Amino acid sequence: MKTDSRMQVQKTKMAPLIWVVLLLSTCLTGLLIWTVLKIPRPLPSLAPEVANRLAASGVDNSVTAVLLNFRGYDTMLEVMVFLLGAITIWSIGHAPFPPKIQDTSPIQTAAVRLLAPFVCIIGGYLVWQGSSHTGGAFQGGAVLSAGLVLLLISDFLGVQRVKSLPLRLGFTLGPLVFVGMALWGIIAGGSFLSFAPHQAGALLLLLEAACAVSIGLTLAAFFAGGRPLDDLREEPYSPGQDEGEG
Amino acid sequence: MTIIITCFDILLAGTLLWLAWQLLRSADIFKAIIFFISFGLLMSIAWVRMHAPDVALAEAAIGAGLTGPLFLAALRRMERRQRKERRISPPEERNENG
Repeated sequence: MKTDSRMQVQKTKMAPLIWVVLLLSTCLTGLLIWTVLKIPRPLPSLAPEVANRLAASGVDNSVTAVLLNFRGYDTMLEVMVFLLGAITIWSIGHAPFPPKIQDTSPIQTAAVRLLAPFVCIIGGYLVWQGSSHTGGAFQGGAVLSAGLVLLLISDFLGVQRVKSLPLRLGFTLGPLVFVGMALWGIIAGGSFLSFAPHQAGALLLLLEAACAVSIGLTLAAFFAGGRPLDDLREEPYSPGQDEGEG
Repeated sequence: MTIIITCFDILLAGTLLWLAWQLLRSADIFKAIIFFISFGLLMSIAWVRMHAPDVALAEAAIGAGLTGPLFLAALRRMERRQRKERRISPPEERNENG
């Protein structure tokens, strides 16, 4: 493995302008520190309001209640921004996986094989735990995506050659479930994204699970860096057809 | 006890600032990416100190565990292009160029 050609940036001398910018940044930092020290204690916040209405939100954790129930509209737009990022990266080019199997060390392969089920369990447990403790859809989805990135860099060909349609369904699962919940809120409760208090716990868990799957796949697709090889081809892609061109 | 916590906070903030300076001024891009990953890890501890454990989990997983390897993958693509390797992308683009 060649590691001798590292990219270097040109080392430039610090221009006098940089010292002026450094002085201004230091003054701004001092101003920010002074302002933070001057904030009145106790802090004016909405935490007591959230604590009052926590029982009606369906979960026991105030962060999850605010993220998914009280301010669910922001989270819905956030999940759609993830989808937009995946569309953007897919529209640039194909994912740069080399078609030949590289010399992956057997230790890495064995370790990733052992770790992958644990990553699924930890990600799923974080999503489940979001109802009462720290956790939730984003944390579980981020752990899932880290596991998928591990699989991608360890040259598991099954992961690199996944077809495009399941990936598309996975990306859109979170936003679609969110929009479905919003419309269900209109039908059942009368307003956009309203959750009835006795149903809210189950609905939020379903929502979190769908969003976690979607977030995990999208973040791993950001790492993969392009669309899969069989996407937008006229003829179907067979795994052995690139071997002869090496 | 609060003296120890205050010292820990000052040490954490100082290390974060030093890491940020080193990452911006280091000549080797690979070294800068490693500094970025450790910056993300220490930032996750800083979020815990600010009583935001959800943000700390997300920062550790996404900032250190996803954006770091993303930068490394981008660096590898840049190095391949700089060394003028032909197989930077699957053969579809090669066939288009003839």
